[in-house]
Amino acid sequence: MSLTLSRPLNPARRIRLHWPLPRRLGVSLLTLGALLALWWLVARLGLISPLFLPPPAQVLQQFATLAGPQGFMDATLWQHLAASLQRILIALAAATLCGVTVGLAMGLSPTLRGMLDPLIELYRPVPPLAYLPLMVIWFGIGETSKVLLIYLAIFAPVAMATLAGVQGAKQVRLRAARALGANRWQVLWYVIVPGALPDILTGLRIGLGVGWSTLVAAELIAATRGVGFMVQAAGEFLATDVVLVGILVIALIAFTLELGLRALQRRLTPWHGEGL
Amino acid sequence: MLQLTHLCADYAGRRVLDNINLTLDAGELMVVLGPSGCGKTTLLNLIAGFQSAQQGTITLQGRPVSSPGAERGVVFQHDGLLPWRNVLDNVAFGLQLAGVPRREREASALAMLRKVGLEEAHAKPVWQLSGGQRQRVGIARALATQPQLLLLDEPFGALDAFTREQMQTLLLRLWHEQRRQVLLITHDIEEAVFMATELVLLSPAPGRVMERLTLDFGRRFAAGEPCRSIKSDPAFIARREYVLDRVFAEREVFA
Repeated sequence: MSLTLSRPLNPARRIRLHWPLPRRLGVSLLTLGALLALWWLVARLGLISPLFLPPPAQVLQQFATLAGPQGFMDATLWQHLAASLQRILIALAAATLCGVTVGLAMGLSPTLRGMLDPLIELYRPVPPLAYLPLMVIWFGIGETSKVLLIYLAIFAPVAMATLAGVQGAKQVRLRAARALGANRWQVLWYVIVPGALPDILTGLRIGLGVGWSTLVAAELIAATRGVGFMVQAAGEFLATDVVLVGILVIALIAFTLELGLRALQRRLTPWHGEGL
Repeated sequence: MLQLTHLCADYAGRRVLDNINLTLDAGELMVVLGPSGCGKTTLLNLIAGFQSAQQGTITLQGRPVSSPGAERGVVFQHDGLLPWRNVLDNVAFGLQLAGVPRREREASALAMLRKVGLEEAHAKPVWQLSGGQRQRVGIARALATQPQLLLLDEPFGALDAFTREQMQTLLLRLWHEQRRQVLLITHDIEEAVFMATELVLLSPAPGRVMERLTLDFGRRFAAGEPCRSIKSDPAFIARREYVLDRVFAEREVFA
């Protein structure tokens, strides 16, 4: 009975409702699923040798092995991950602190901007791999040069984004604050810094992206732990499944951090994009 | 008392204000009317202290004006509210800058919001307000620090006609109740004639004082006469047409 009743309603409804997720998210998930299915099918039919493309099941199994006590190259996946995360988070914290400070200072003082702008613009476009040897000569092959390399990669976009945020401060807001009796520091703290926050957070998102790519480069030299190192070492042994696990883990962590920053941006700067 | 003597100012290498002499007594509502580009915004910026004059002096209660200060409240054409603060915190901003403790400043800000009819909206973020509501928050913010002089730069220019009239009457009521000196800049002739106790007509660039009229329509409204009855009064219409003639006559010369 209910079947006969619901049937005539169905065609019209199916188009508009009945899809529990937003359209874009649904399409995204579907694409990922299709890619996974294709991978499985290719491996299953033996179109590509497992040496080059191991089937999904094998990668999943390898993931379990890596995550377990056996690990890879004397460390479990979690230890590799912890080493990488520690490097990138220290670099990120330092770059945020310095980048925002330097960006604010450059925005407020034309002299400082004149001094620092050419320096930052000169090193920014150079790929980190190019100055990696210099870092090693100066600071050795320890953690310092690795963290410093990632730090440098994140610093530039954060400083530049902060500068853009300061320069984009609306004159009417600055004037309003001054007319209410604000001194220079109060203008900076209550008007310029919050106004630059959306740009600073965008700079962090860009910086974090650059940071991940630099991380792998930094772990190429004399590292004994780290996801980048793990992928690099596995590649030398043609352990394709380990390489794939490493890549997927990096992708997943980077994606999660990016989503976290986006959520932070929405929470901290809800006015952004509201025409203000 | 606000006093401007021999005030001259340049903008982008061009003289925009030429030898302005004006005095504004306590309790007056002065409206400066002029076509676009006659330097009326420059005049307000000079009095607010946002820019400095090439010649001449500005004094408020005998003290020379050189930089912005809390004794001169400013309401801008585009509100300039801080979107990371809610309505109440925006109104309390000036008091916070002056170091007033939180509870005290929030109480005065709330009282000020009540006067502009926005008490209900005190916890809302400012971007959820309409243009007229934002302008009311702007006025409340400027008045919260109890300035001696309130400066308004075409505050209702971006509002629709209906909201504009509501805002005009609100401002007249606040002016009457708070007994402050107000200086309003506008290019809307009816608004100018309706609100002013002293109406100053500026000529097109470079701005000079063309004529100064003493009017009483704003006072009549503050004394309780309805807005529509004033605006349809033949005396009001005659004044409005006279000012219109003066402004147009001046414009033709430059056309």
